[in-house]
Amino acid sequence: MIAPVLSVQRLSVRIGAARILDDVSLAVPAGGTLGVVGESGCGKSTLLRAILGILPRGAEVPGGAVLFGGRDILADGGASARGRIGFVPQDPYLSLNPVFRAGDQILEIMRRHAPGTRRDHRARLVELFRAVQLPEPEAALAKYPHQFSGGQRQRLLIAAALCCDPALLVADEPTTALDVTTQREILALLQGLAAARGLALLFVTHDFGVLASLCESVTVLYAGRVAESGPTRDVLDDPRHPYTRMLLACHPDRATALAGIPGTVPAATAQPDGCRFHPRCPLARGDCALDVPQPVLHRGRVIACPYHAEALPEVALA
Amino acid sequence: MALYILRRVLLALPALLGLILLTFVLSRVIPGDPAAALAGDAATPAQIAAIRAQYGLDRPILEQAVVHLRQVVTGDFGTSAFSGRPVAEEIWQRLPATLELTFAALLLATLLGIPLGLVAALDHNGPVDHVVRLLSVGGLAIAGFWLAIMLQLVFAMDLDILPLRGRIDVPLGLPPRVTGLLLVDSLLAGRPDMFWSACRHVVLPAVTLALPALATIARFTRSGVLETLQKDFVLYARAAGYGRVRLAAIYVLRNAVTVTVTQIGLLFGALISGAVAVEAVFDWPGLGTYAVQAILSADYKALLAVTLVVGAVYAVVNVAVDVAQAIIDPRVAEDGR
Ligand SMILES: Nc1ncnc2c1ncn2[C@@H]1O[C@H](COP(=O)(O)OP(=O)(O)OP(=O)(O)O)[C@@H](O)[C@H]1O
Ligand SMILES: [Mg+2]
Repeated sequence: MIAPVLSVQRLSVRIGAARILDDVSLAVPAGGTLGVVGESGCGKSTLLRAILGILPRGAEVPGGAVLFGGRDILADGGASARGRIGFVPQDPYLSLNPVFRAGDQILEIMRRHAPGTRRDHRARLVELFRAVQLPEPEAALAKYPHQFSGGQRQRLLIAAALCCDPALLVADEPTTALDVTTQREILALLQGLAAARGLALLFVTHDFGVLASLCESVTVLYAGRVAESGPTRDVLDDPRHPYTRMLLACHPDRATALAGIPGTVPAATAQPDGCRFHPRCPLARGDCALDVPQPVLHRGRVIACPYHAEALPEVALA
Repeated sequence: MALYILRRVLLALPALLGLILLTFVLSRVIPGDPAAALAGDAATPAQIAAIRAQYGLDRPILEQAVVHLRQVVTGDFGTSAFSGRPVAEEIWQRLPATLELTFAALLLATLLGIPLGLVAALDHNGPVDHVVRLLSVGGLAIAGFWLAIMLQLVFAMDLDILPLRGRIDVPLGLPPRVTGLLLVDSLLAGRPDMFWSACRHVVLPAVTLALPALATIARFTRSGVLETLQKDFVLYARAAGYGRVRLAAIYVLRNAVTVTVTQIGLLFGALISGAVAVEAVFDWPGLGTYAVQAILSADYKALLAVTLVVGAVYAVVNVAVDVAQAIIDPRVAEDGR
């Protein structure tokens, strides 16, 4: 296996009584692509915030490590990885400061984290604008964010993510705020850039279609824990964790709330003991409410369910 | 941008016109019968009629309004009933003193209020925040004239480090008038001694006047910064690796002060009315003391002229504030708001 560029090891994050992430492990191989899927509220953004060193005020990390380039970036609040992890945020409309020129906002990142003079930076940025296919790359430097369309702003942000030559791109549902056509263009752009530059990609999404086309492997989160992870093709074709199976059966295209399944995702402040999925799981039995399921290896993937080999009752998949 | 400024100026004109008409109506209403008021208590009906004819008060009201408008626009405010001198001339003498005082106060309030609001917000609910909150509640609650007298007692009488009253040490005389602002004219005249004296004189009245404005500016800046800190783009900038100081002092603050700047425009009105009391206590020869004198002597022409001039200054300041807004936030000029 290729050495991972990023490896999250048994990471837990709490905010007050909310247990938002629990024992989450994942690895992104150098140049590889990993997708993180899960319903709303399962902790995807929190995971990225931990990786980027921007956990909210009051967040505690009772355990775990985030290794990037061999260093635990939790230890220094992400400082050692600044500029080397590019971040593409979810909402291009809200992620740029409206009162500063977009170009200046990116140049400020370069000023802090990229070598060279301001003149070099400007030249590189125009190159990047060209690479992300922003129209009129020279003129774009002088424009304010509101003078760009949503798709163009996401291109700007991709350029910003690339501006310090990162080894890893981290994207939090980078296309949900855009219309369908633009979504496709942006995804193709990201994929092309990552491949061309040999970038590793950590990609949060709800969309199994995006997952299948963009990510070599996938980690499925449920209520702050990893339910299942492995190569994307295998997981989508033959999901093993009861949650993944029900999710794909209900919503073959998107990870959204399980419709028609009793119960809801637990609140982060009221996580059940044992397996967090057990109150809603058709395979649940006594010990599921007591023991946290240990991840088991099964044909190249990790599944947090000892009963993954059992068939689900028909009704559960209806 | 030029178009935007032009539009703001044009929009200010109707407000000024309205103010002129209002002063016209007031000038006809306040004195009851203005002719009788002008003629005095002992006048005979014939004398009153003569005065009425002399001042055009027997003309149709619309004609009078037009005449009034023409006079005001050409800077003719009539003659003061108190001094017998042209009101315009007297105001011209005194306006710069008030402008100097209010702008000094505004500058002080802004230069201290914005950083205070910023550090309070960055220390949300921490000790600094509490101290600033205490200061700003105090600043709003303390009566201006009381503070003025206390400052005089401490700094002018007890410690004797600042002058008690006036704009400049009398023996120094005055610099040749260019702007009428002593702080500027003394420098233009190359007289640092005069400048220093003018500085020392403006400190206590400006501090008195600035305190409530400072409190307001600090409060609005604090809440603006707190609100801006919640924005996605701040989180994004942190993730992208902006420096902490730059993030707070430039990136966040520029967004946050848009609200503060609007407040500064509004505060200017409060500053001018506050100047009336402050000028009286510090014997500051500005429009405030002039207005007090006009009220005491029922010199309604002078009073109306002060109202108009203050209104005009207020309008100019608010156009300046609109321009500042557009500079801070480029969307403002484009929205054509
Ligand atoms: N600052 C906070 N304080 C307390 N709880 C929080 C905080 N931020 C997030 N949470 C909780 O943590 C859980 C995970 O939130 P997170 O934003 O990571 O979810 P997500 O998977 O990204 O969801 P979505 O798909 O809607 O973006 C949620 O239950 C949320 O309520
Ligand atoms: Mg999220």
